[in-house]
Order: sequence, then structure tokens, then C-alpha cells
Amino acid sequence: MSTIPITPDPADEPWVLPDRGTIGMACLIIAESAIFVIFVVAYIFYMGQGLGGPTPKQVLELPIFTTICLLSSSLTLHWAVVGLRKSKIGAFNAWLAATVVLGAIFLIGTGMEWYHLIYVDGLTIQTNLFGTTFYSLVGLHATHVIVGLLMLIAALIFGLTGHVDEKHAHRMDVLSLYWHFVDAVWVIVFTVVYVLGR
Amino acid sequence: MADSVSGLSSVEAIDLTPVEKPRQLFLEVLYDWVTTVDHKKIGLMYIAYSLIFLVIGGIEAIVMRIQLAVPHNTFVSPQVFNRMFTLHGTTMVFFVGMPILFGFGNYLVPLMIGARDMAFPRLNAFSFWISAFGGFLLYYSFIGGSGLYGAGSAPDVGWFAYAPLTARVFSPGHSTDYWTLSILLSGIGSIGTALNIVATVICMRCPGMKLNRMPLLAWLYLVTSSMVFIAVSPLTAAQIMLMLDRYVGSHFFDAQAGGSAILWMHFFWIFGHPEVYILVLPAFAFANEIIPVFSRKAIFGYPAMVAASVGIGFISLSVWAHHMFAVGMGAGANVFFVFSTMIISVPTGIKIFNWLATIWGGKIRFASPMLFSVGFLFQFLVAGLTGIMLSVAPFDWQLTGSYFVVAHFHYVLVGAILFMIFAAFYYWFPKATGRMMSERLGKWHFWLMVIGFHLTFDFMHIPGLLGMPRRIYTYEPGRGWEIWNLLVSIGAVIQAIATLIFVYNLVHSYYKGEKAGNDPWDAWTLEWSTASPPPSYNFATTPIVHSRRPLWDIKHPEDPDWNYE
Repeated sequence: MSTIPITPDPADEPWVLPDRGTIGMACLIIAESAIFVIFVVAYIFYMGQGLGGPTPKQVLELPIFTTICLLSSSLTLHWAVVGLRKSKIGAFNAWLAATVVLGAIFLIGTGMEWYHLIYVDGLTIQTNLFGTTFYSLVGLHATHVIVGLLMLIAALIFGLTGHVDEKHAHRMDVLSLYWHFVDAVWVIVFTVVYVLGR
Repeated sequence: MADSVSGLSSVEAIDLTPVEKPRQLFLEVLYDWVTTVDHKKIGLMYIAYSLIFLVIGGIEAIVMRIQLAVPHNTFVSPQVFNRMFTLHGTTMVFFVGMPILFGFGNYLVPLMIGARDMAFPRLNAFSFWISAFGGFLLYYSFIGGSGLYGAGSAPDVGWFAYAPLTARVFSPGHSTDYWTLSILLSGIGSIGTALNIVATVICMRCPGMKLNRMPLLAWLYLVTSSMVFIAVSPLTAAQIMLMLDRYVGSHFFDAQAGGSAILWMHFFWIFGHPEVYILVLPAFAFANEIIPVFSRKAIFGYPAMVAASVGIGFISLSVWAHHMFAVGMGAGANVFFVFSTMIISVPTGIKIFNWLATIWGGKIRFASPMLFSVGFLFQFLVAGLTGIMLSVAPFDWQLTGSYFVVAHFHYVLVGAILFMIFAAFYYWFPKATGRMMSERLGKWHFWLMVIGFHLTFDFMHIPGLLGMPRRIYTYEPGRGWEIWNLLVSIGAVIQAIATLIFVYNLVHSYYKGEKAGNDPWDAWTLEWSTASPPPSYNFATTPIVHSRRPLWDIKHPEDPDWNYE
């Protein structure tokens, strides 16, 4: 054993790395954002270029109520996680249930909107470029809402059956990152489709 | 050895010789591999699957070169030729290039950063299987169609699948659907693996491995993987649109209904150009590890190398439309993309000079990995020079869609990336199998490959300059193209022979190669501190590092590396 004058870092330097769940979700969000950007670009590119058929101005109505529901669900989910961190499982369950209900209201609203568009206004994905880009962009977002809702419902079931405690808070953090992302995307979709598009 | 220095030295105290297991039944072995979540096994499966596709894609290239060797050849029909170049391109990019680099990444990144596995092992297995399924789905299109040579109803729309070739009218049947679905699935797999690598590099490093001490390979995989989910996601989105067009009758790329074919080109090349850098950055990564070890010098300009890689990552996202100069985007757009394309040669040049400075004055050992790396340096330089030529819009207008372009990008893909992949095989094969690859066969492989490569792709520039377009299945005699095409075809066959020697070398060395030991190259990074092949948990104790070259510190305690950082 040769003795070496070693003066590397102080050995007691704490070695803390970021949480892999958070980083993984952040990466997923970047990837998903890139997908959404392409669909939004396609929507903007074809805005007002449809050949005939119903135009956005004729058929689209501002989904104010469902938008408020979706955006406030971000807040309720945040309170749910805060409650969980303080070990208030009851509050966690209640706020999580509220989040699920609000998300469901949003989805039902989208469903009713689509029903009206298809069966009353006769706008399908095949009708014109507006139909093509509208259903694909809004549908892509709705798909993400469905996926998020399924995960939230799973968390709620675990919560109600007593399988959740404050140790799981960081997992709920990761899930709520996803949900906040879905909400943020809706702000962009809402602006592009319902405000600029009309 | 100083036990107090790091966890590394204590590794040697523990017996790491693999325990002789009783022979397993074939089904048990298969079950082990199919259900594994071990990053090393998944890495090897990636590499094996891409080698299978390398041979398939190579056969397709040879079929094309036989067809083009002489004028008026009737070896294959025009339809089959179209299928061959479509499958060749798609296979080589999506089912050879990406998986083989992800395979090395999977295998090496956790080992080099001192982790026991990837951040998400099960996601890793999922990504592999869905990518592999995508690859096999592409070739499933062969089954049950019409056509010569079993080409069935394989896709024939080119690897870029320009609209409106992919519209139902021009591409009836299901060939394009197979193409879209297979790309979509492998894209999902790629995004999953990329996410996993980023999370691994950020969250799983062993104590002491700060970002500025990571091996450059880990840095480059971090950059590449970040690019994958910015660049491959648009492709996934575009494939979804194409599928909507084909299945439910939407009009994204349907010019009859006001859709735009140019939009597809943009979406495709937003993926397609960064893809080149996604493929070439891991090749740089291998060079960053191999060249210093075989020059016996630390890499020159570590911070510059990192900065250049990140720079390439950023700039490459803004150059896609240099594939579209001839489309008619207008002068403003052309100028922007000319300059963004040229600017990327600055960080690339920094890298080349740093490698040269690393070699300069070193004690160079010309073993097979170093031979291939030197070939890479030279050929990558030439490829970069023709790249700068093509970035000039007026020059590109003359030569786009000609064999000059084909020669240019094959110079990058074969001359740079494939050469570095071969180098990586020779370098890390001892780690993965515990045996050395044959140096004698390696030298044969290298020299035949160099001769074949230059015969093929040097001379391919000339018919391009003489006006020979890409993607033609035959040509008239008397235009001065015959001799060059014949030479190109001969070169292609020589490359094929060289590759077969390489495959033989792999198989032969796996069974008969000489024992390698833990550290056959006298290298410096963490993967060489564990057994060859590494045990399933990688390291007996979690290593602790204090510098960029942890094994150097252990081997040379009187002159540790951290004095120089």
C-alpha cells in the first residue's frame, strides 16, 4: 500500500441527485410538447384554408365552462398533493375526487361539442381541412386528458382503499406534473383553435 | 493500491470471476433474455437485432448495385428497385443506426457512470421490444403480396415517403401502412429509450461523478437523447397525421383537398436532419473514448468537446430545410438555412481539431479500434467538406437529387458512423464477452472496408456531377456513367465481403477468442474496473470517483488525474 497524499473532494460532501421520476416526466413532457407543436403548427398552417364546408366561425362555440373546470382541476390536484404531504388522507381523497370530476366534466363537454359538430353541423374529419386539423388537435389533447384521468382514478382508488400515505407524495408530484402539462396545453389549444381560429 | 482512495480499489478485493452455472435448456435461456430488464442484456439484444438488419439492408444495397452495375440491366424490375431503395433507407436509419447506437448506449452508459442499471429498467425492456416489433413489422409487408423476388407488397415510397406518393391513390394496398406503423412503433421505442438515458445520466451517477467529470460518452448520449425527443416526436406526430390521412380520410397531405405536400417535407426533415446528428453524435462519443486510450493521452479540450456537442445539438434543430432548397421556399428562408447549415461546421471542426490534438504527440497503438477511428477522422472530414458544398443553395440546386448527394450522405453514414460502430465493436467486445476479437481478421476487415468504401463512395460523386439522378433503376449507355457505376458496384461487393469477415470475427471470437481480462486496453473509464463480462449488478461496491479518469488514479496514484482538471 503506497501512501498517497490525496486531497480530493471532502468525503462528507453530500451526493444528492434529482429524482428520476421528475426527470423522466420532464423528458416525457418535452417529447409530448414537440408532438403538440407539430399539430398546432399544422392547425395554424391550414387556418382559413378549407375548401368549403363549415368554417370555425359558423360552428365553433367558446367552451368557457369546461375550460374553467379543466384549469381549476390543476388547483384541486395541487391541494390534494399538499394534503397528502401533510398526511391528511381525507383531504387528499376529497380534492383528488374533485379533480377527477372536473376532468370528467371537461371530457363530457368535449364529447357533447363533437356530437353537435358531427350530427348537427355535419363537420367530420373528412369534411375539410378545418375538420381534419380540429379533430386531430383537440382529439390529441382529449386523449391526454383520458390518460391522465385514468391515472388519477387509479390514484383515487388507492387512496380510498387506504394504500396511500405521505411517502407516496413524490409519485403524486410526478402525476400532477403531467396533469398540469395537459392543462397548459389546453390553454394553447384554446387560444389557437377557439380564439385565433375564429 | 490505496484502499482509501475510492470504492474502486476495493472492487479488486472481491472475487468477480463469474460463477460457472449449470447448462441451461434453450427455452430457459430464451425465457431469460425475453423477460430481462438488465441494461446489458437489452443493449446486446439491440445490437444483435440491428446486426440482423445490417445484413438485410446490406443485401438490399447489393441488389441495387448489381442492377446499376451495367446499363440496361434487367436484374430487378423498376417496382422491385423502388422497394429495395425504400427498404434499404428505412432499414439502415431506423433499424440499424438508431438501435445499434441505443444498444451501445444501453450497455455502456450505466457502466461508465457507475450505476447498477438504467433509471427505468422495465421501460427499457418495453422500448426495446416495441422498437424490434416495429422492425419486424416492416418486413412483415413481404408476406402475402405480389411481385418478384419475394418483394411482396413492400413499401416503395422512399424512406422520406414524400406526399402525395403516400396517398391512397398512388399507394394502394397496405405497403405504406406497414411503413408508417413500423416507423411509429420504433419512434415510440426510441423516445422511451432516450428518456431513459437522460434520466439515467442525470439521476444515477455514482458519488463524485459530477457533470464535468462524466466520460464524454455519457455527455454525448445525454445530448443525443435530448435531441431524440425533440426530433423524433415530430416524426411520430407526422406519422399519426399520415395514418389519419390513410385510414380515416383526413386531408393533411392531400393536395386535392387543399392539403400541402410541402408540409410533409418540413415535418419529415424537422426529424430527418437532426437524425443525422442523432446518429453521428454517438459515433463521436466512441471516438472520444477510443482515440485517447490508443494515443495514451487524456482527451484534448474536454470542456470544448462538451460545448461543441451541445452546440451541434442546438444548431442541428434549425437546419432541416437545407433538404428543401429546390422546393422554392424563397430567398429569405434559403439564406437562413444556408447559414445555419454552415455554422454547424464550426463546432464540428472544433471536435476534429481536438481529436487531432489528442493524437498529436501520443504513443499511438494501431489496434483495430484505433485503425477504424483514424479512418473515421479522415472520412468524416471529407464528408463535412462535401456537406459544406451542398449547403450552398445554388450548388444544391444543381446537384440535389443526384448521386453526388447520395455519395455525400453515405460518406457520413458509412465512412463516419459505421466505421466508428466497427471501432466500438472491437473496443468493447472484450468487455461484453470476456474475449478479444481477432486482430488479424480485424486488419483484413479494416483494409477491405477502406478499399471498398473509397471505391464505392469516392467514385459515386462523379456520375452525380455528370448528372446521374438518384433512384433511377437503370440508365442509357454513352453518358460517361458506365465505368463509374461498375467501379461503385465492385466497391459495394468488397464492403459486403469485409462486413462478412467482421461478422465471422464476431462469432469466431465469441467462442475461440483469447481471454481478455478486465482491462485489456489499459483504459481509464469505470466500465473497465469491473469483470468482463460484467456481473448483473455491474459493480461489487458503488464506485466513487474523483476525476475524469478514475482508473488512471488507481493505476498511477503518484500522479492522479484531478491535479490537471
